[in-house]
Amino acid sequence: MEKITNFFKTFLLYELVKGMALTGRYFFARKITVQYPEEKTPQSFRFRGLHAQRRYANGEERCIGCKLCEAVCPALAITIEVAEREDGTRRTTQYDIDLTKCIFCGFCEESCPVDAIVETRVFEYHGEKPGDLYYTKPMLLAMGDKHEEQIARDRAADAKYR
Amino acid sequence: MMELLQTLEQTGLDLLGPLWLPLWTVVKIMLIVLPIMGAVAYLTLAERKVIGYMQIRIGPNRVGYYGLLQPLADGIKLLFKEIIIPSGSSKALFILAPIMALAPSLAAWAVVPFNEGMVLSNLNAGLLYILAMTSLAVYGIIIAGWASNSKYAFLGAVRSAAQIVSYEIAMGFALVCVLMASQSMNLTDIVNGQKGGFGLLNWYMLPLFPMFLVYLISGVAETNRAPFDMAEGESEIVAGFHVEYSGMAFALFFLAEYANMILIAFLTSIMFLGGWLSPLPFLPDSFIWLLGKVSFILFLFLWFRATFPRYRYDQLMRLGWKVFIPLTIVWVVVVAAWMQTPLWVW
Amino acid sequence: MNFETIVFYVFAALTVFAGLRVITARNPVHAVLFLVLTFISCAGIWILLEAEFLAITLVLVYVGAVMVLFLFVVMMLDINLVRLREGIWRWLPFGAALAGLMAFEMIWVLGSSGASAGKSAVKHAADYSNTKELGRLIYTDYVYPFEIAAVLLLVAMVAAIALTLRRRKDAKSQVVAEQVAVRKADRLRIVAMQSESKESGK
Repeated sequence: MEKITNFFKTFLLYELVKGMALTGRYFFARKITVQYPEEKTPQSFRFRGLHAQRRYANGEERCIGCKLCEAVCPALAITIEVAEREDGTRRTTQYDIDLTKCIFCGFCEESCPVDAIVETRVFEYHGEKPGDLYYTKPMLLAMGDKHEEQIARDRAADAKYR
Repeated sequence: MMELLQTLEQTGLDLLGPLWLPLWTVVKIMLIVLPIMGAVAYLTLAERKVIGYMQIRIGPNRVGYYGLLQPLADGIKLLFKEIIIPSGSSKALFILAPIMALAPSLAAWAVVPFNEGMVLSNLNAGLLYILAMTSLAVYGIIIAGWASNSKYAFLGAVRSAAQIVSYEIAMGFALVCVLMASQSMNLTDIVNGQKGGFGLLNWYMLPLFPMFLVYLISGVAETNRAPFDMAEGESEIVAGFHVEYSGMAFALFFLAEYANMILIAFLTSIMFLGGWLSPLPFLPDSFIWLLGKVSFILFLFLWFRATFPRYRYDQLMRLGWKVFIPLTIVWVVVVAAWMQTPLWVW
Repeated sequence: MNFETIVFYVFAALTVFAGLRVITARNPVHAVLFLVLTFISCAGIWILLEAEFLAITLVLVYVGAVMVLFLFVVMMLDINLVRLREGIWRWLPFGAALAGLMAFEMIWVLGSSGASAGKSAVKHAADYSNTKELGRLIYTDYVYPFEIAAVLLLVAMVAAIALTLRRRKDAKSQVVAEQVAVRKADRLRIVAMQSESKESGK
């Protein structure tokens, strides 16, 4: 009996019709497309976008040049040079991130003992000529200054999970 | 419509005399080819929209209202792109191939009737002519594959040649059944053979239902559409026979594929779905019915593509040779025997 | 000279040119394509003779199927032209004699039925069906030759398959029929399991 029903199912294309019914149903389903520039999907506070260097409230830069981020970076995108400043503190003279190498894994952020290097929610950036995506220390600090409010709020939201 | 054409023809004949006939034919060809080209352009948009909708997306909607100018934008883009000819290719054949692909699919339209008497050439052996023309389309693909001097293109060409030749046989046998039922190879006669007092029930789809399915599926295979698009096989041989083509040469292959799709849709509706005859006896027959049937079949083509995964090559060959050909041969005999009995009422 | 004659000479010239190129083209694929062109222009000449059924069948069968397979094979061949040319002078006399014999035969056959040379083809009315006429002839007057030819083709096909089909014992192949016949129930077993709570999951 089962053989007979299977025979008819094969020749009447039962399974094909079943598949087409499924796609046919979805034809009328509500569409989930997000019309990007006008609409945007919500972001998590852990979103890993463009990098930034933070400062303390008194304007002193946080980075102490420990090079943990450089060591942990799997894509070798970070380059750091360190020297002693006039006041005797250890500071970076060079802190570059090559964004064309970066894979946005967030390891640098996690390894940083003073929360100096962070990843912001900014993902709509571009470069127009070679080298535009090679971010140097002043650029990173400027990013940090610009987005400090948002960065601080995201860190606070994430704090209880760390 | 018909009267308008006739009066136009008469005034032209009075004005120009013997010169008018070739001119009038060219005008008629234009009247067929230009709408087809438009239909091809908008079929690409319809395809993207329909498949998008079935994947709960909305498809192109930026160029023009609802994305209606998208085909135009695509066309202009392709027109201005450079045609790159590979240095190791056979140049003359490389350029000839897209033309060879498009020309037969347009030539076949010469015998396709759009309404009673509305046909470019009312050929007696119309069905055969169409079979001959569609069988020529494979040359475009083979020559493209060989002339490109690329292994992907060559593999695509080899696959496609074997596939098209195999499915042509099943397709031919399916048409033999139609031929027997209608006792004519003239496409207008075939449609008129499906006339009767019962509308829908008089169509050949009913007695020849297996042949209808075989023809439709072979048609999908013949036009290299998903799920039979092994010739292109984007995921395994990158794009098959047209890897090396760019710009307008590439666009010609696309035009050919879509023109073939529309042709197959027209033929299926003419031979199995009663052409321009109305499905309900009390409604008038009209060209609109034919358009409706063709649109439905084209929608089926797109629906197939959105639903089924690509066939494996040996399964494709098995389906063609071990399922379709025996089935069609059996049905030819069945129809022949059936027609000798009083039970044949079509 | 009317329009038909001009068309005839165009097609005839095309046929002869393409036929010549078939044997002079260096590239085998080009030769095959010229053969296709020969067939198509022959079909054109046949259509001029109102033999539209034969013409279309020529295109359908020879151009559409046979030559495709031919091309298919030729495309994959690796032909060494130098080796091919090696024996040409040795075989030239034999070949020339054969060609001369065939040409003589053709002239003889055409010449003996020379009465038909001056005649023009009979014109038929528009509703005359070449197909019907041909079918009537094949299935009545020439039914035996027709059937014998069909059987001959079948025998040739079977013989070709029998000669080339070799099954290796150790060859592994898939049985598609079995694969297609598989049902969900053969492969998939759905078991009911109790879901675990959060505490016991630790």
